[in-house]
Amino acid sequence: MKKLRILSLAMAAALSVSLLAGCSDGTATTPDTDTSAAPNDTTSTATGAAFKIGGTGPLTGAASIYGLAAQRGAQIAVDEINALGGDIQFELKYEDDVHDPEKAVNAYNALKEWGMQISLGSVTSKPGEATSVYNFEDRIFALTPSASSTAVVEGKDNVFQMCFTDPNQGLASAEYIYNQGLAEKVFIIWKNDDVYSTGIKDTFMAEAETLGLEVVGDATFADGNDQDFSVQLGQAKDAGADLLFLPMYYQPASLILAQADAMGYTPKFFGVDGMDGILTMEGFDASLAEGVMLLTPFNADATDEATVNFVTKYKELYGETPNQFAADAYDCVYAYKLALETAGCTPDMSASEICDKLIEVFPTITLNGLTGDGSGITWESNGQVSKAPKGMVIQDGAYVGMD
Amino acid sequence: MTKLRHMKKSTRTSFFTYGLVIVAFLIIQILRGTVGIGSLLEGQLIPICAYIVMAVSLNLVVGISGELSLGHAGFMSVGAFAGCAMANGLQNLVPSEPLRLVIAILFGALMAALAGFLIGIPVLRLNGDYLAIVTLAFGEIIKTILTNLYIGVDANGLQASFVNDTTDLAEGGIALIKGPMGVSNTSARISTFVAGFILVMVALIVVFNLVNSRAGRAIMATRDNRIAAESVGISVTKYKLMAFTVSAALAGAAGTLYGCSQITFSANKFDFNTSILILVFVVLGGLGNMWGSVIAATALTILPEALRQFSDYRMLVYAIVLILVMLATNSPAIRSFFLRIVRGGRNEDGPSRSAKKEAAK
Amino acid sequence: MDFSSLLLGLLDNLIRGLSLGSVYAIIALGYTMVYGIAKMLNFAHGDVIMVGAYVCFFAISTYGLPPVIGILLSMVVCTALGIVIERLAYKPLRQAPSLAVLITAIGVSYFLQNAAQLLWTSSPKVFPSVVPKGNLTLFDGQLSISYLTIVTIVVCVIIMLVLTFFTNSTKMGKAMRACSEDKGAAQLMGIDVNATISITFAIGSALAAVAGVLLCSAYPSLTPTTGSMPGIKAFTAAVFGGIGSIPGALLGGLLLGIIEIFAGSYISTQLSNAIVFGVLIIVLLVKPAGLLGKKIREKV
Repeated sequence: MKKLRILSLAMAAALSVSLLAGCSDGTATTPDTDTSAAPNDTTSTATGAAFKIGGTGPLTGAASIYGLAAQRGAQIAVDEINALGGDIQFELKYEDDVHDPEKAVNAYNALKEWGMQISLGSVTSKPGEATSVYNFEDRIFALTPSASSTAVVEGKDNVFQMCFTDPNQGLASAEYIYNQGLAEKVFIIWKNDDVYSTGIKDTFMAEAETLGLEVVGDATFADGNDQDFSVQLGQAKDAGADLLFLPMYYQPASLILAQADAMGYTPKFFGVDGMDGILTMEGFDASLAEGVMLLTPFNADATDEATVNFVTKYKELYGETPNQFAADAYDCVYAYKLALETAGCTPDMSASEICDKLIEVFPTITLNGLTGDGSGITWESNGQVSKAPKGMVIQDGAYVGMD
Repeated sequence: MTKLRHMKKSTRTSFFTYGLVIVAFLIIQILRGTVGIGSLLEGQLIPICAYIVMAVSLNLVVGISGELSLGHAGFMSVGAFAGCAMANGLQNLVPSEPLRLVIAILFGALMAALAGFLIGIPVLRLNGDYLAIVTLAFGEIIKTILTNLYIGVDANGLQASFVNDTTDLAEGGIALIKGPMGVSNTSARISTFVAGFILVMVALIVVFNLVNSRAGRAIMATRDNRIAAESVGISVTKYKLMAFTVSAALAGAAGTLYGCSQITFSANKFDFNTSILILVFVVLGGLGNMWGSVIAATALTILPEALRQFSDYRMLVYAIVLILVMLATNSPAIRSFFLRIVRGGRNEDGPSRSAKKEAAK
Repeated sequence: MDFSSLLLGLLDNLIRGLSLGSVYAIIALGYTMVYGIAKMLNFAHGDVIMVGAYVCFFAISTYGLPPVIGILLSMVVCTALGIVIERLAYKPLRQAPSLAVLITAIGVSYFLQNAAQLLWTSSPKVFPSVVPKGNLTLFDGQLSISYLTIVTIVVCVIIMLVLTFFTNSTKMGKAMRACSEDKGAAQLMGIDVNATISITFAIGSALAAVAGVLLCSAYPSLTPTTGSMPGIKAFTAAVFGGIGSIPGALLGGLLLGIIEIFAGSYISTQLSNAIVFGVLIIVLLVKPAGLLGKKIREKV
């Protein structure tokens, strides 16, 4: 018994040492040349005259590509704004939520302890559903770059979105395909354990039925089953579909394109905003995506000054082409700047005071952002964004607007 | 004489564990009442309680019964889905939150026990790694089933559908389980830290009483030597099934507690990785050692949060800490120091030192 | 639907299943070898696959090396990695309970995934195929088999044959079998048990590199978590066929792939995972040691 205790004590000691090490060495182990924009960034002015913005997102794990992109996009915007040295200064901190609602609440609480005044919500939908409830209860205003499920904003007066909601995308896609007469028979491949994919697919099906667009079938995949699409493609082929609707992110989409090509099956492909990024995948054969259509708010190849500036900076700092998550987060920070200026908020105000003002101001402002398609971004008072989704088609490895 | 001593030892261990949990609970309650413990830890209290119960219940299977289970999160998810569906469904009928939580937890435990019993009958015929892989398989099957299950309730009663959502709820209806979207707790976030504490105590009392009973000794006898146990007339299947079902019930209760503390969760949360995480708690705390499980579950739930300073290197550091702790507690250098405790640990799949020690006394 | 098209559909699915299954089989071979000798479930095996795929990706895509060199390079790197992991993480635990080793293996798996994410970011990379694209068409183009599928299946069979020959007929292989039967007795016979286990890990890891390259050629999307799910499936396949048995791993892998594809095609894509695991459970209940596993009699 006694020795047993010694053993466990030794173990507990080892654990606590590591815990302590976590506290003391934290800053020391973060390399100076950290290209991944450490959350406690030193470039932000921490003189107490800055608004503290916090956000949660998957910075590690399988979904980390989205979280890191949002973090980096937001960081670029914050650095730009701070470099200008105006009245509005920001201090940004992103915490890791590993794409898990439970961890997202932990991350949110860590940010609250840090003194977060305004929030960038969560990057992904399911964690966003959880943190937005806390945002609502704690009266901390949130503008999420990319948590697109309606549950994120529903019933919460102080939670706003920068991305289209999922149903909107499904609706817009169905209308687009119908109005442009793109297809006779549509087949849908969707991810059945993903809120994003399911949300888009449901409204697409409903809208297609109202419009009289024929959906000949649908097939699903899920985590852990997301590599082999031969079955789904086989079903689509047998159903005689001439257009495949792919409400999913670009990684599985790239596999579907490659496998359809290998099968010699060449329908039209129609994606949603998650498809953006497919062309910038390292090693991707752009000819596979030739003719793929998608609705996206952001185009990294656009030639307007703001986009070029952003894309260049992002590439310089992180060596990758930014996707729409980065652009949405970048726009979020600028939307905050605009709203805080309009509302006349100062950094010494409490989170709930800022929150009340922002709730009033947000439905009134118009932001000209990267994802706004020239006509500007506005918000409904229910938190949903209204901006025009742009139809794009991929030609010769680049997006071309289609009208 | 030896019997008296044995009783004393085991009673002492159990009282030590109860004391540990009660003291920790009181300290935290006092801190919460006075200076506060910070919102990060505050938010973790209920999940920690749930993980402690998970670890204790898995320890009953792995440590006491000696069967490696890799699908324990499956029972947690059964409890979480069933319990939360119950809690959401009863929101108009049972306004009292504590009562509703008790009903939900009992229902979650019952459903998980049922699942455990049904799975246990075939599974426990197998041994060692084959049993492990079958529990893993059942965990995945439960996950897939829950991902495709839709249940809603409205004025006309309960509606359920599988694979394709055909539930059509009338005005005022509540979608209890929404397939891949899981459960959204609109009005069932009713778990409290006190409830968590009580559940931990109940789990410990159940496990200690089982272990120190006639049935518990029979379970440990089948673990230590199946053939010898059979030869003295112990029904191996019966006792293993008993441990497995009790463990599943506790896991289900923990699942309900967890589910009712979350705003939203889906079946994906309770995947293979969660099962492994709980197994890590058990192994790190010591097989058969309940208070070890309590400490390990607490420490390893807080650890990733405490490592937030490492930012991007957080999970890498977590992995290194995990490997180092396993090496430190099991390497020959330290092993020889605990030689006597380790004695008898040659049975590869069997229980480790602590369990053996307990059993040997 | 007429009979011939039904038959063609069946054949088509069978080939898809074989193609998926042969990838599982190669991974399962690595699992089964290590298990047979070290009696440990090496959960980090799936992540060694991922590392192998990354090495090959960088060799081919970034440095423009020919695919053969890329594969060889990734085999070398994975072999070294396997030996290092074995030395640092598993060897000190040789006498420890198998659960402790299992947890350490999981720690190694987390480590590799997170290290890969930090080194190579989590953006998916598109893997270049190491096999020329194209199809072999049969029955007037009604049935097509890609070259990659053929290569994967052939490689898988070759590996199995070589391994069987190696373990049955070479001195080293015999030493491995001796170690897996009884480590103590093997040591008494003058076999260096530690060296034998290290070599097993080296071979297992080299196989993981090949598996990684073939897996990513078939499903060309490479991320730090690429290896984990195929790893679990392959582990299932190894148990299915009887863990520790080399032909069993091949059979288990192929059957798993075929069941997965058929369940998806003819029943439901949503439930295909559940069906795969359901079949596994039934098989294990009927044959508790897997399809080709040896039933070990318990001595009293």
